[in-house]
Amino acid sequence: MERLHSPAELEAFRKAVLADRAPDQPCITLCAGSACHACGCNDVAEAVRVELAKQGLADRVHLRLTGCHGFCERGPILVIQPESVCYFQLTAADVPEIIEKTVKAGERVERLLYVDPDSGEPLAREDEIPFYKYQQRIVFGSNGSIDPKSIEDYVAIGGYSALAKALSEMTPEQVLDEVKRANLRGRGGGGFPAGIKWEGTRNAPDPVKYVVVNADEGDPGAYMDRSLLEGNPHAVLEGLILGAYAVGAHEGYVYVRQEYPLAVENVTLAIQKAEELGLLGDDILGSGFSFRVKVHRGAGAFVCGESTALMTAIEGRVGEPRPKYIRSNVRGLWNRPTVLNNVETWANVPLIIQNGADWFTRIGTEGSKGTKIFSIVGKITNTGLVEVPMGMTLRDIIYKIGGGIPGGKRLKAVQTGGPSGGCLPEDMLDLPVGFDELTQAGSMMGSGGMIVMDEDTCMVDVARYFIEFLTDESCGKCVPCREGLRQMLAILTRICRGEGREGDLETLEDLSVVAKEAALCGLGKSAPNPFLSTLRYFRDEYEAHIREKRCPALSCKDLIAFHIDPDRCRACGRCRRKCPAEAISGAKNVIHQIDQDLCTKCGTCLEVCPERFGAVRKISGEPVPPPLPEDQRTVRARG
Amino acid sequence: MDIARVDQIIDRYGADESYLIQVLLDIQTENNWLPQEALERVAERLRVPLSRILHIATFYKAFSTVPKGRHRIHVCMGTACHVRGAQRVLDAVQEATGIKPGETDLELKFSLETVNCLGCCALGPVMEIDGKTYGKMTPAETAEALRNHD
Repeated sequence: MERLHSPAELEAFRKAVLADRAPDQPCITLCAGSACHACGCNDVAEAVRVELAKQGLADRVHLRLTGCHGFCERGPILVIQPESVCYFQLTAADVPEIIEKTVKAGERVERLLYVDPDSGEPLAREDEIPFYKYQQRIVFGSNGSIDPKSIEDYVAIGGYSALAKALSEMTPEQVLDEVKRANLRGRGGGGFPAGIKWEGTRNAPDPVKYVVVNADEGDPGAYMDRSLLEGNPHAVLEGLILGAYAVGAHEGYVYVRQEYPLAVENVTLAIQKAEELGLLGDDILGSGFSFRVKVHRGAGAFVCGESTALMTAIEGRVGEPRPKYIRSNVRGLWNRPTVLNNVETWANVPLIIQNGADWFTRIGTEGSKGTKIFSIVGKITNTGLVEVPMGMTLRDIIYKIGGGIPGGKRLKAVQTGGPSGGCLPEDMLDLPVGFDELTQAGSMMGSGGMIVMDEDTCMVDVARYFIEFLTDESCGKCVPCREGLRQMLAILTRICRGEGREGDLETLEDLSVVAKEAALCGLGKSAPNPFLSTLRYFRDEYEAHIREKRCPALSCKDLIAFHIDPDRCRACGRCRRKCPAEAISGAKNVIHQIDQDLCTKCGTCLEVCPERFGAVRKISGEPVPPPLPEDQRTVRARG
Repeated sequence: MDIARVDQIIDRYGADESYLIQVLLDIQTENNWLPQEALERVAERLRVPLSRILHIATFYKAFSTVPKGRHRIHVCMGTACHVRGAQRVLDAVQEATGIKPGETDLELKFSLETVNCLGCCALGPVMEIDGKTYGKMTPAETAEALRNHD
C-alpha cells in the first residue's frame, strides 16, 4: 500500500476505492461477531463461498464477513445488499436456496425472514424490524457494513476524514474545544466529561503525554466494547489519534483483554494497516504530527478496568489501583499525564469532529449527550446490542426494542451498570436513561450492561452473586474492600441458605457505609450498590428469606424443594429417566416420587415433565408433603 | 518447556521489562501453564525479581502455575447466564467430573474454570469445552457434552 502524504491523497485513495466498487453490485454480508461465531456462522460462510463458486457468481457477488450486527438472539445473520434483505438463524443448508432465490431471482425466502410478533407479517428489511427500527446507530451502525480487517472498507464509508479535517483545518485547541462543547461523557462507567479530562492533560507541564484505550471490558453481561473493537477497530483508532493530537501525545496504548482474541487480532491488524497508509507513525498526512500505538493484552483481572490499575498493568506490574490525590490525566502512566477513555468514548470522537459539536448535542438529554450502546441480556426476547439516544426510557428499550420478557413472565427488575450498579424495579421503567438519572435512582450507567430479570430471579441471590463477583475480583490492597466484602458475602450467603438472622440487614448496611466511604478505588466504593439497591426496592424478599426461610422467586436452592403432585402424575417416566441423581422412584402406572434426600435440585424433572401434566412443582417456605403409602401409588384412570 | 523457546518469546519484545505480562501471556498460551524454570529464565533475562513475577502469575486469572488438563472447561458465570441458570450447569459439570472450579483431575483429563462473561449472552447459559461454545445448556445436555470427551 502506498503511504499517503496529505489529506488530498487520502481523498484520492477514497475515490479509487469507491471507483472499484459498483454501488449496485450484490453483496452478501454475514455477521461474524462472537455470538454468531458460536452459532456456526463459519459453516454458513463456507457454504456461501462454495455455492457462489458452483453457480459461477464468485466475481459478481461479494461476500463480506462483518463485525457484530447486534441482534445476537437471531444469529447467524445474513444481509443481502443493496436491498438489505435480512435472514436470521441460518444454517449452511439454507444457503443454496438463498442464492438461488434472492441473489439470482430477487425473491425472498419467507421462512427465514423475521416475523413481526404483533402482526405475524414477515419483515424483510433491517429498517422495518422493530429491534433495529427504534435504534439510532450512529456509532455502532457501520459494524454491519464493513469488513473489520479491511481499511479500504472503513475509508470507503468516510473513515479517517475527521482526522484529515482536524490535521489540516483545526488546531489541537480547536479539536479539544469541539469535544468539550459536545459534552462527551465517558462511556466506561464514571461519565466524566472527556473534554475536561483532555484539557487537564493538555495543560499539564510534562512534555511526554499518553493516550490509552480502555478495552478491559469486564462487566459480565456487557460486550459492546468487544463488538466495537472487533467490528470497527479503525473508528476507535481514529478517535485515539484525534485525542492524541488534541492533547499533544505521541504514544498511545490499547489495553484489551486477552479473553477477546478476535478484538486483539483486529485492532493489531488495524494499527498495522493504518501505519502502512501513513495514518499512524511519523508526519501523519504531511501534518508534522507523529503518533504511535501499541497493544497490551490484559491477563484477566476485573480491577484492571479501573484507570490507575490499568496503567500499572501496562507498566508490567500487578494491577492495583492507587489513590487519586493527583488525577491520572496529570500523573498517570509512568507518572506522565495520561488520557484514558473507554472504547465507545473514543469511537464517538471522529463523529464529533466530522459533524461538529452542535450536531452531537442535538442528540440526547440536557446532561447526557449523544447515544449509548446497551447490551440487553438476561430474561429478554431479543438479546443483543442496541444503540439508542440518551433519554430513551427503560420501558422503550426493553419492550419496543427488546421485545419484552419471554414465556409470558413478568418483569421484576432491570440491573444496570455492571457489578457495581443497581437493580431498578418495574415501576421505574419510565426512567429516561442518562448518567445522572440512573445515579439518582440508585443505579448507574456503567458501561451499558442491562440485565433483565423476571419473576424467577431472586433479588437476594442477585445481590449475593454480585458481591461474590466483587469479592473474588478485589485486588486486596485496601481493607474495607478486601475484608468488608468478604463479610458481606458471608452474611448474604447465609441468608440465601435460610440461615439469616435478625440484625443481618443492619450489619450489611454498616459494612456498606464503610466500603463506600473508605475504599481506595471505584471498585470498592461502588461494591455495596447491588446490595443497597436491592434492599431499597426489594426489602420484602430479604425479610422472607430471613424470617420465613422462604425464597419468593423459588430460586435459592437451599430453600426450595421439588415435588411431584400425585394427582397430576401420569407415570410417563420421563423425569425418572432424566434425573441425573436417580432420585425419582416409580414405574409404569406407579405414581412417581422424589426422594428428597437424594435430590440435587437441578430442576431437570420440572423441565421434562410434559406440559399437559405439569405435575412437578417447586415449593418454598412450606413442608414437603409426605411420600404416598405404597398401596396408593397406582395411577388411577382419569374420570 | 524448552528454555530456547522461552528466549525466543522474550526476544520478540526486546527483553523490555514493561512487556513482562505480555511475555508471560505468550508462555501461558503456548505451554498451558507457567513452569518454574521458564519463570526463572524470564526473571534473569528481564532483570525482574522472581518474587514480582510470582506476584503477577498468581494475581491475574490467565496464568496457572500448575499443569492443566487435556480438556479445558469454561463455565460462564456472567450475569446473563447466572439469571438463566448457570449455577445448575456448573453443578452438573462438578457432578460429572468430580472437580471444582480452578481444579484439574488426577488423570489430567479436565480442568474446570469459571469465567465472568464470554460475550455470548444470547446463548446463555453458556459453557466452553476446548474453545467450542455450547449454548442454552441444561444439566442433562451438560453431562452429555462431557461424555463425548476422553
